[in-house]
Amino acid sequence: MEAAERSIPNDDVALVALARQGDSPAFSQLVTRYDRKIYRLARHITNSDEDAEDVLQETFLKAFEHLDGFQGNSKFYTWLVRIAVNESLMKLRKRKSGRTVSLDEPAENGDEPIVREIAVWDGSPEQQYSSEELRSILDKAIANLKPAFRTVFLLRDVEELSTEETAAALEISVPAVKSRLLRARLELRERLTRIFKKKGDDVFAYL
Amino acid sequence: MTFLLTCKDFLHELNDYLDGACDPELRGKLEKHINECPNCWVICDTSNKTIQVYRGMDPQPIPQEIHDRLMSAIQKKMAHKCGGQAT
Repeated sequence: MEAAERSIPNDDVALVALARQGDSPAFSQLVTRYDRKIYRLARHITNSDEDAEDVLQETFLKAFEHLDGFQGNSKFYTWLVRIAVNESLMKLRKRKSGRTVSLDEPAENGDEPIVREIAVWDGSPEQQYSSEELRSILDKAIANLKPAFRTVFLLRDVEELSTEETAAALEISVPAVKSRLLRARLELRERLTRIFKKKGDDVFAYL
Repeated sequence: MTFLLTCKDFLHELNDYLDGACDPELRGKLEKHINECPNCWVICDTSNKTIQVYRGMDPQPIPQEIHDRLMSAIQKKMAHKCGGQAT
């Protein structure tokens, strides 16, 4: 039989359907499409290059293994994110043996969100810093958040999942996603404002 | 009785405001508050910029050796699965 030239489809649904039938190039295409994002997510949650690589491999190996179990009622990427988050949290728990690291950990403890730094930013950070410097600043700020807060922020504001998708991926309630997101956004805003604010600009300027 | 929005109220609604998820009536009240309260305007502006600066960061390419190890682990798994079916 003549080897027919075929093009690999572009959308996830068609690629997943082919991959389920054992089509290796289709699965490889899905890997190439999402490996950067999954690696970034894993690095941010685990704060470790080594753990992130393990999570990356485990995520795609598990996805391949359980492709038949993928219901298709969520997006393939959301499903991958869910696997990656679980694998990342397992890494955190192993590292901090004896201390449970859970997405339920910080709880909605009634603490008011913190707002101390009230100052406008000095122009646009993208113009003030090289992309390498900026990446380092942003990575450090995220790394300082508690896992439960940074995970919600990453899913909602970096991966741009909806509130409901984030709640489903993390197996927490929609109100919990919302309150953690507010805390995460305000904490990051606080840290970034300390770096990006105009010199000499502070709250007194506005009173 | 008119409902006056405090800074604390504003902060609690900030997420929905930034996400464009509040109803027009509440949105109107929040906008009125920002226009009258410079501190809340700054908090809102810098929160929005915080989100945008993170969204603007594209994921970096994965180091080649990490990509190679990933593909090799997947190929092995695929070969194992196909091998299992063929024999």
